[in-house]
Parts: sequence; structure tokens; C-alpha cells
Amino acid sequence: MSLGQRVSSDHQLARLLQIGVVLEEVVESRAAHHLESLPADERQAIDDDVRELLAEAAEESAGHRERLEALVDELDAETVAYEEINALVDAQYGPPEDTDGVLYDQLCNEETAYKFYDDLIEAVEASDAEFAIDRDRLLETLYDIREEEREGVEEVTEIMERRA
Amino acid sequence: MNTADQYLKAIYLAQRIEDGPASTGTLADLLEVSPASVNEMIGKLEGRDLVEHEKYKGASLTEEGLERAHDALQTYCIIERFLANVLEVEEFRDEARALESVIDDTVADRLDTIIDRPKECPDCFDPELDCCERLELVDGRAD
Repeated sequence: MSLGQRVSSDHQLARLLQIGVVLEEVVESRAAHHLESLPADERQAIDDDVRELLAEAAEESAGHRERLEALVDELDAETVAYEEINALVDAQYGPPEDTDGVLYDQLCNEETAYKFYDDLIEAVEASDAEFAIDRDRLLETLYDIREEEREGVEEVTEIMERRA
Repeated sequence: MNTADQYLKAIYLAQRIEDGPASTGTLADLLEVSPASVNEMIGKLEGRDLVEHEKYKGASLTEEGLERAHDALQTYCIIERFLANVLEVEEFRDEARALESVIDDTVADRLDTIIDRPKECPDCFDPELDCCERLELVDGRAD
């Protein structure tokens, strides 16, 4: 058991990046599902800000996923196809009942992703292991994605506050 | 999951294996650390009222410690189940042990939304098998 937060091998790093890929897939899939899962009257009432937020979240997550997958490719590890994760999300999906539920779920997604990248960055920084990919490039990618997740949290919070 | 939670989880499992207080030796084996490290951490957990320690017998969780150990084991079950069933990792036990320190509870909760976990979790965790006794492996892979 590795006590303490460190990433000590390419294999472990690849696995963690894969988890990041799956988290992004969950965001992407849920953001895409949210609108269509709402009851018709709730769907009609949803404002443009929320529609735009969900569309942007799905697009941004797809972008993050591709960047992470590019890193995983260089580490020579298999990734899980988006379609498979999408099917799992479908199978377990408990659609939010209203717009507040949609926003709350979106907030949880963004916050979780932020926390994940924050922990991963800390674990990579705490490690002196040599990875098959350039450490600076890895960290830069993770910093970028973490920053976008932070902005995502802020955007959802702002919309929630405006609606309150 | 932080180091304290990993210890609490190990104490919980050791108590189940030994059907009594967790001995330093069993904990050192489970956590793959030295007995001296175990004793040091037990002292800290005792100071936080999470563990009671009786000399020559071993460590037992307090009610609060038990609650945290339960949560930690549940997080661990989510990680194992996610690795085994979603990423289809054959060595899911070893990998879960290697990853648990980097996976936060909130992240595990999100991963939990795409796995199918028994309501009884984590009571169905089998410490001897080091996984949930009800975990079904993809492709019927043997344990």
C-alpha cells in the first residue's frame, strides 16, 4: 500500500489519468442528458444561460478528455471507449427533477473534477519518479484543466446565485 | 483517502480477521509498514479518540473511529469495483491499494454514480478475499 500521496510509476499515472478521462466522460454525458431528461415544462422554462452552460460543459469536457487521452496514449495504457462509459452513465442515471437539480449536479461534477486534478497535481509534484512523458508538459496540461474546472465551478455558482 | 483513514480501515479489517482487537503485527502486514510506524499512528489516532489501545492486546475502534472506518472502506470498495468493472483491471486489488491515497471521497462518490454497488456495502467486504464478496468480475475472470 502506498501511504501518502505520491505517483510512483507510469502505470499508476496512466491509471489516474484514465480516471480523469472517465470523470470527464461522466460530465460530458450528463451535461448532454440533462436537458432532455427534464420534464417538458421544466425544459421549456430553462433559460439560455443554463443551456449555454451545459453545452459549454459538454464541449469543454470532451476537450479535456482528448488531452488526457493523448497523455495516456504516450504512457501506453488502454482507455475505455466513451460509448461504454456513456452506456454505464445511462444505466445508472438518476435524472435531476428540475433546473436546480441540473445545476447542482453540474456543480458537483465540476467540483469533483477540480478536486481530482488538484490531488493528482499534488501527487505528481510530490513524486520524484521519471515518467515516459515530459513532467512539465504533464503538469502544464493538468494546471490548465484544473483552472478550467475552477472557472466552471464559478460559472455554475454565479448562475445559481442569480436564480436564487 | 488520507493516511489516518487508511489506518482506520485496516484496523476495522484486522478486528474482523482476528475477531478482537487489531494486533500491531497484523496491521503492519496489512499496511505494509513497520510495526514502529503502526504504533506511532495508533498513538495519534488514540489522541483523536478514534482508537482505544490496550497494551499486549491491540487496537479497537471507538464508535467515531468505526464510523470513519466504514466510510473509508466504502470508498475503497468503490475504487475496487470501479477498477474491476469499469476499467476491467485484472489486478484491481493491488491497483486499488496503490491508488486509494490519491482518490478523494468526493471523487469516489462520483465514480460511484456509474457502478452498481450492493446496499449492504461495505458490510459485504471480505477481508480475506480483500474485495467485496459480491463483486462480479467481467468475463467471469477467476479470482
